[in-house]
Amino acid sequence: MDVLVQTIVAGILIGGIYSLIGIGMTLIMGVMGIINLAHGQLMMVAMYITFVLSSVWGIDPYVSLLVSMPALFLLGVILQKFFLNPLIKIESILPENQVLMTVGIGMVLTEIARFIFTSDYKTVETSYSSKALFIGDISFNQPMCFAFLFAVVFTVILFWFLLKTDTGRSIRATAQDKDAATLMGVNSGRITIITFGLGSALVASAGSLLIPIFYLFPDIGGPFTLKAFVITILGGLGSTVGAIFGGLVLGIAESLGATYIGMGYKEMVGFVIFVLVLVFLPGGLKRLTKV
Amino acid sequence: MGQKHLTLIFIGILAVAFPFLVPSDYYLHLVIIALMWVVIGSAWNLLAGYTGQVSFGHAMFFGVGAYTAGIIVTKLEMSAWWGMMFGGVTAMLIGLFVGWVCFRLRGPYFALATLAGSEIFRLVATNWESLTEGMVGILIIQTFTSKLPYYYIALTLAFLCIFVIHVVMKSKWGYYFVSIREDQDAAESMGINTTLYKNVSLLISAFFTGMAGAFYMNYMAFIDPHVVFSLHYISIMAILVGIVGGVATIMGPAVGAFIMIGLQETFRSAFFGLAPAWTSEAHILVFGLLVIFVILFLPNGIVGDWSKIKRKLFRIKASS
Amino acid sequence: MALLEVKNLTKAFGGLKAVNDVTFHVNEGEILGLIGPNGSGKTTTFNCINNYYTITSGDVLFKGASIKGLKTHKVCHLGIGRTFQVVKPLARMTVLDNVTASAFCRAGTIKAAKEEAYRILEFSGLVEHKDKLAKSLPIGGRKRLEIARALATKPELLLLDETAAGLTPSELDEAIELIQKIRENGTTILIVEHIMKVIMTISDRIHAINFGQTIGEGTPHEVANNPAVIKAYLGEAYAQCK
Repeated sequence: MDVLVQTIVAGILIGGIYSLIGIGMTLIMGVMGIINLAHGQLMMVAMYITFVLSSVWGIDPYVSLLVSMPALFLLGVILQKFFLNPLIKIESILPENQVLMTVGIGMVLTEIARFIFTSDYKTVETSYSSKALFIGDISFNQPMCFAFLFAVVFTVILFWFLLKTDTGRSIRATAQDKDAATLMGVNSGRITIITFGLGSALVASAGSLLIPIFYLFPDIGGPFTLKAFVITILGGLGSTVGAIFGGLVLGIAESLGATYIGMGYKEMVGFVIFVLVLVFLPGGLKRLTKV
Repeated sequence: MGQKHLTLIFIGILAVAFPFLVPSDYYLHLVIIALMWVVIGSAWNLLAGYTGQVSFGHAMFFGVGAYTAGIIVTKLEMSAWWGMMFGGVTAMLIGLFVGWVCFRLRGPYFALATLAGSEIFRLVATNWESLTEGMVGILIIQTFTSKLPYYYIALTLAFLCIFVIHVVMKSKWGYYFVSIREDQDAAESMGINTTLYKNVSLLISAFFTGMAGAFYMNYMAFIDPHVVFSLHYISIMAILVGIVGGVATIMGPAVGAFIMIGLQETFRSAFFGLAPAWTSEAHILVFGLLVIFVILFLPNGIVGDWSKIKRKLFRIKASS
Repeated sequence: MALLEVKNLTKAFGGLKAVNDVTFHVNEGEILGLIGPNGSGKTTTFNCINNYYTITSGDVLFKGASIKGLKTHKVCHLGIGRTFQVVKPLARMTVLDNVTASAFCRAGTIKAAKEEAYRILEFSGLVEHKDKLAKSLPIGGRKRLEIARALATKPELLLLDETAAGLTPSELDEAIELIQKIRENGTTILIVEHIMKVIMTISDRIHAINFGQTIGEGTPHEVANNPAVIKAYLGEAYAQCK
């Protein structure tokens, strides 16, 4: 019984961070209809930024958020403006141009990182990396707890931004109907650029938060991109609330899979959920809850 | 018409005589691999370029074909060449299942589902050790010591693949595939059973890719899940071969295959020894840049955008 | 004999009934017009007939047999062809190939399909464009192509969805001519149209709907004078004027 509770707790904690990754992607997918297969690689870039700040200047990962998030926002803006926006006008027989473009971007980012940092595993040690809180017999990994708290805070801020600010409302409007939004005076070109930047900044935060917990290497991006997808599809395209639930569901499912089936199959849990949801629940969890 | 036939016959003669014109195992190996990619790229192109269903998981069929051949050796103790026949068939069976699951999805979701499917196969192959030997992989004894037989087998396979696709595209199926690509709803209203024909296209594509996988097992004599189910080295390579050469053209993937293998080897060998050692690691970076470049500037590939390329080249010549 | 019977057809999207208990029939050899203001459910009705949308309740009978729930391509094989309101040219195929692909529905060989396609292009006045890419055609040509493609499947019943929208006056006359030629050829036609000149000229009978429900049926003259129809199009005041 204890094992079960522990497994679920671990799942929830990691799930909270997964949600951050998922929210970024669902915004991008919902607003622009862009499938970003470089999402995990953007996170990797943020993690390397955090790593450099930590190893060269001894800056704590949670502080480096102040650097990694704006940096990735900028990177996201550049990518959208120069590599993705032009694709809208290009006439090509091959559909899915834009997905492929993100694949190319992901590959380039990964290889540049490999070039600069080599494929060696890097870590960021903090004073609290291996500390854990205990409630009864259940341990709560401390960095994960902090990360989870940050994730909650960011999500709340994001919701406030989307609901209360003009830009936020413009983003939601564009997500619902781009043409209608444009007719209402929303500069959809600008909004798509901002949204991609925002999505990138969010995934950057997840990266900086996760680095005390995971080993860092150039290929770490791939698996996280797939996780982001599972969450997005589970939760329903464009639904931020859905992404939260999706993240938690994935975190718990993976945790259960690792404990009860085996470490090797942990990765597969995500993929299987992905295919099952795509096939049986095309609207995602959102459809179930009608949120 | 006559000139085209003559060119093809000329290329055919060159192809058959190649091993004697260039008696080098090194180059022969490269061409064999390139020919294998002609098959994979053309097969992918049939499904993606002509029928509009862009698969990001062709490694699935390649790997299944390779493992069929390998398992025939390790479990059934028969020659891996049986794999050439059954590799294609098993890949088709997988294709049927994949089609049933994935074709209800359109566009990018189909692409993602195939990607996920391929990764699932990779993980299964890694973990189902009793069947696949897991990460250890499968090692067999090569049937031939010389590369020559492998060359002619690969050449025949490539020729067969292109020929079949050519015949299919000129037939009613060809019209149906392109109609589905252009507008699936209109196609249905025209009496085209879109589900059936998408699956037909997929089965042909899976068959040839599976055969290529089985060939790989026989030729390289060693496979493991990481290699044959690889997202970057197989699935994305197949896409690159298609888009660089030219989607929805018959010879595009063939051109693309030779270019990609040429590029890959140029970098892997550090420009044949002329460049500093680190360039040998750069080929994936180059591939990534190539994807970006092709999508932005040559979306229909070298064959598809040939007239555009000619114009740009001639403009540079004229102004210089 | 009624070639097509639509019985108590209802199509609901969630809580909204786009088509609500509509019943009409189309007799063999006639042209039935389906009219109604924007959003009245005309195209939705079409989409239900060839199962592009699934029917919520009611039935559709073709030659006496129910076709409810049949896959769209099967409906085509049975003998119902349709055009789309927003035209769907197979853009990167030539005009000839567009129609050839359609002709395979009935033709067994490539040769037969190509010959049939050529014949249809001649019939529809598109022959001079046969080798052009479909995407290069202007809207008038695209609408014709849409009809030509449907004709190549040798339909007994042709569903035309606003084929006259966006045409110049001279193109309109040509369109009317083409539709009449199609009827003379023996094809029954169910046509949705906005442009009164077209629908009043060519229809034998008209069925009018509004908000998904029937508001009138009869000859063009009868329907034009039907108060409910006038009210739907022009408003209460005009209806009372009558």
